[in-house]
Amino acid sequence: MSKRIVAEDVNAFYGSFRAIAGVSLTIEPNTVTALIGPSGCGKSTFLRTINRLHEVIPGARVEGKVMLDSEDLYGAGVDAVAVRRTIGMVFQRPNPFPTMSIYDNVAAGLRLNGIKNSKVLDEAVERSLRGANLWNEVKERLAKPGAGLSGGQQQRLCIARAIAVEPQVLLMDEPCSALDPISTLAIEDLMTDLKQRYTIVIVTHNMQQAARVSDRTGFFSLEATGEPGRLIEIDTTEKIFSNPSEKRTEDYITGRFG
Amino acid sequence: MSAPSLLDQLPGLGDQARRLHAPVRLALLALTVLVSLLLFASTPLQGRVDFVVFVVIAFALVQTGVSFALEGRRHALDRLVSLLVHLALLAAVVPLVSVLSYTVYKGLKKLDGQFLTHNLTGLGPLDTNGGEYHAIIGTLEQVLMATAIAVPLGLLVAIYITEYGKGWLAAAVRFVIDVMTGIPSIVAGLFVFAFWVIGLHRGYSGLAAAFSLTILMLPVVVRSSEEMIKLVPAELREASYALGLPKWKTILRIVLPTASAGITTGTMLAVARVTGETAPLLLTSFITPATNTSPIAGKQTAIPTFIFSQIGLGRPANYDRAWAAALTLIIIVLVLYISARLLTRRNTLTRR
Repeated sequence: MSKRIVAEDVNAFYGSFRAIAGVSLTIEPNTVTALIGPSGCGKSTFLRTINRLHEVIPGARVEGKVMLDSEDLYGAGVDAVAVRRTIGMVFQRPNPFPTMSIYDNVAAGLRLNGIKNSKVLDEAVERSLRGANLWNEVKERLAKPGAGLSGGQQQRLCIARAIAVEPQVLLMDEPCSALDPISTLAIEDLMTDLKQRYTIVIVTHNMQQAARVSDRTGFFSLEATGEPGRLIEIDTTEKIFSNPSEKRTEDYITGRFG
Repeated sequence: MSAPSLLDQLPGLGDQARRLHAPVRLALLALTVLVSLLLFASTPLQGRVDFVVFVVIAFALVQTGVSFALEGRRHALDRLVSLLVHLALLAAVVPLVSVLSYTVYKGLKKLDGQFLTHNLTGLGPLDTNGGEYHAIIGTLEQVLMATAIAVPLGLLVAIYITEYGKGWLAAAVRFVIDVMTGIPSIVAGLFVFAFWVIGLHRGYSGLAAAFSLTILMLPVVVRSSEEMIKLVPAELREASYALGLPKWKTILRIVLPTASAGITTGTMLAVARVTGETAPLLLTSFITPATNTSPIAGKQTAIPTFIFSQIGLGRPANYDRAWAAALTLIIIVLVLYISARLLTRRNTLTRR
């Protein structure tokens, strides 16, 4: 079940520093939305406001509204832990749990949330590893440590771990920036499969990647260092890369960033 | 034609033929020893230690000089510093090895089944039999109790400081822990003596000793656990949060297992440290020749206080007992350390 995300006037702070200002956008279900922009423009910070991971950093806070279908994720009485169960995340560097086996890594989310039935876990692990296109490579060595896999395999393991809890949205923070082109291709193919079932938001520095995998693209930028990052425009990927409405978007995409 | 570059002025790759090879250096060493021997025979220079020091200094000078003339400045400096580094290693290892080997050599004389299974009751000052059974019981009970109190408590404090504490309270706790690290062990003993043994009329006991050891262990456990927990990458916590795990579960199931190898090592260092403590035990569990298996009541000898009391008696048989007890102490610490490492072996392997 994938859902629509609507952000309304989102501001995120680190202490007194405002990292992003007034971001409003809509992310459609069953699409891949790419967020691009220069370093420090707040696209990762915005991504982390969607699953309320921004606020775990001491001193960090969020203002504004993030709606998941009709539910305000920042509403009173909404539990951040429950939000994160609904919205999965894959990080820039593959981060499998080092003390756990491949199986345990994938089962971690379910098991630590109280599911103990081994048949249910077995099925979920196989389904998730198949979903992450990793099953055939690791089915013989599920009990081996997850840290023993290659970088690309580790990242797919992290994707399997994230989809094992069956989230409605999958956030990906530069998931391929630590991987070689072949692993990148594997993950990009995977994204195309995954969007049948999930809403996917991906932050990337690689504009070719954004053009390849995404349906819609949002461009973030900032006026100057120390200023908060803002959403400049969001539109279909085709339009952003061929005929953007904003001059700044065009400058960035054509490499004349200024 | 370009101007000669700086590189052309450096020796070429083929110019390395003139090197001081190992046989040459060995010959230099032999020569130094020979000349030194002659000097010690014919001049007022004497003494074995003086001879060794003399040879080392002379060889350092000779080798550096020859190397400078033959190989150039860089190689000469390299040889000199290498020599110094190896001497430093020797200076660090020799005392360590000699303490261990001398204890083994002296201790084995008396360490037998009889020594391990008897206490000192009913023995006169001239008897040479008797043993340290009561002291082994005392040390094991006291250290076990101290560990059972200090490790959970220390771990919780470390988790508080790293994961929950903010502001002045965490800073205050950290400061108090730092101050506790510096408490002299006799003061810890004195505190328990005044508060528990005398103040609450509990008298001497293994438990009182365990309390004083806890005071000494706690800061070491807290600081080492804190450092290890801090080393767990933030990415792992975030991965766990992103799966929808609450903070306490993240700490319990992700952070602590990842840090467990380091925490165990730190804990074992604390255990090893307090196992050899003597001063606080004199004030808290005191000394008795009899076996006292009760950890909570009555005087109880531990191995360090056993050694202390035996040395005080001053006869050869007492010294033998003291050495054998010292060897037992080292063995106990070693066994504890190795078993703790084996327990956490799996984790360290998968960490890589």
